[in-house]
Amino acid sequence: MTTRKKITVTINGEAVTREVEPRTLLVHFIREDANLTGTHIGCDTTSCGACTVHLNGSAVKSCTVFAVQADGQSVDTVEGLANGAELHPLQEGFWEKHGLQCGYCTPGMMMTAKEFLARNPDPTEEEIRWGISGNLCRCTGYNKIVEAILYAAEKLRESGKEAAV
Amino acid sequence: MIPGEFEYHAPSTVDEAVALLDRLGDEAKILAGGHSLVPAMRFRLAQPAHLVDINGIDDLAYLREEGDHLAIGAMTRESALEHSDLVARRYPMLADAGHVIADPLVRNRGTVGGNLAHADPANDHPAVMLAYGATLVAQGPGGRREIAVDDFFTGLFESAMAANEILVEIRVPAPGAGNGEAYEKFERKVGDYAISAAAVRLTMSGNTCTAARVGLTNVSAVPMRSAGAEAAMAGKELTEEVIEAAGQAAAGECDPSADLRGSEAYKRDVTRVLVKRAIRKAMARAQGGAA
Repeated sequence: MTTRKKITVTINGEAVTREVEPRTLLVHFIREDANLTGTHIGCDTTSCGACTVHLNGSAVKSCTVFAVQADGQSVDTVEGLANGAELHPLQEGFWEKHGLQCGYCTPGMMMTAKEFLARNPDPTEEEIRWGISGNLCRCTGYNKIVEAILYAAEKLRESGKEAAV
Repeated sequence: MIPGEFEYHAPSTVDEAVALLDRLGDEAKILAGGHSLVPAMRFRLAQPAHLVDINGIDDLAYLREEGDHLAIGAMTRESALEHSDLVARRYPMLADAGHVIADPLVRNRGTVGGNLAHADPANDHPAVMLAYGATLVAQGPGGRREIAVDDFFTGLFESAMAANEILVEIRVPAPGAGNGEAYEKFERKVGDYAISAAAVRLTMSGNTCTAARVGLTNVSAVPMRSAGAEAAMAGKELTEEVIEAAGQAAAGECDPSADLRGSEAYKRDVTRVLVKRAIRKAMARAQGGAA
C-alpha cells in the first residue's frame, strides 16, 4: 500500500481537500471526490478530450494528470462556465447552433474552446478545427461544433468581454 | 484504467530530484509532462515503484537565445514553442514541429525534454534536434554535462543518460547566414505518431548547399540521421535531380517496420517524398520566402 497524500485542489473557486492515493487520476478526483460529473471519461487513452479541464488556466486532459499533481493548484471544469442562470457564450452557442447530439464530448469541447478563444478571439473556421483537434466527437461531424464556437467568438467580441482563461 | 501503485515525490529543485533518483535507482521514473508515461502506466506497460515529479521545479521552463544558441529549458511545454514569436521568427523547423506534435491539449502538458528523454523514434523532437545538431545538457550527482545529440540516442527508448541524471536543457545552434530549415510530417490523423517525417536544416550559398543535416521520424528503431541524404546535397547546387537523389538516399537508408500505418515499401516512399518537401521548404526559407 502506497502512502496516501492529503491534497487541496481549488475547483471552480472552491477548495476541495481529500486524502488520495498517488495513482488517483485528476479526472477521478473531480468526478468521484468533488462529485462534479460534467467532466467525462471517454477513452482512457489520452485521445478523446472528453475529460478536458483547465489546470491553472491551461486546457489539459485530466485523465493524464495525477490528482496529487494538482495539489495547491486551480482547476476549472464545465460546471464553472455559467454565471448562475446565465449561460456562458460557448454554452449559448452550442445551444443555438445545435453543437451537440449525444453531448458526451461537449464539456471537453467547451473547455478547449474557452482557452482557444482567449488566445485567438477572432478565429477562422480552419483555426477552430485545428484548435479542437484534440477533442473527438462521434456524432456531429464537427460542423455544428465549429459554428457554435464561431457564434461564441462573435458574442464574446461583441460584449467586449474577455474569455478570461 | 488505473495505474499501478507508486510512491510520489515532488522535489522543488533539480538537486533534490537528482538525489532522489540516485537513491531510488531503477525503481524510479521521472514524471515530466507525463503524456507518454501516464498512458503507459494505465496500460500497465510501465509500473514504476516511484515517480519523481519535476513539474514543481520552477526554473526548467524557458526559451531564450544565449550567445550562439537557443536555450530551451527541458520542462518547456510544447505549446510554448507553438506560441513563441522567437521560435517562429528564428527557428521555423522547431515551430513546424510545435504545430504537429500530438494535439493542442497534449501540447499544453507535454514537454520538449520529455519528448527527447523518452528516446522514442516515433516522437518528433529527436529528428528535429538531430537535424539541428543540438546539444543536450544532463544533470546528475556530479553536476552538469553536455551530450551531443548524435551521441544521445543509444537504442529504442534508451539514451546516453544515466538513471540518476535529468535532462535540464536543450541547446539549438542559432541560424547562420543562408540558413533554411523545415519539418514535414505525414500522419493518419491528429494525435497519431508520424507515418514518417523529415527534419532538414540547410546552409545555402545562392542555390548551392554548403551543409545539410537530415533527421527522420519513426522509420527506424533508433532516431536517425540520413547521412546519405546529407551527402547527396552537400556542396551541390540543389537541382530537382539532387533533391530527388537526397530523397531516395533517405528512403534507402531508413529501416521502417510494417504496421497499421503502412507497409515498409510505402513508408520508404513517404520518407522520400517528405525529405524532398522539407528540402524545398528549407530552400525557400533560406531564400527569404515565407513558405
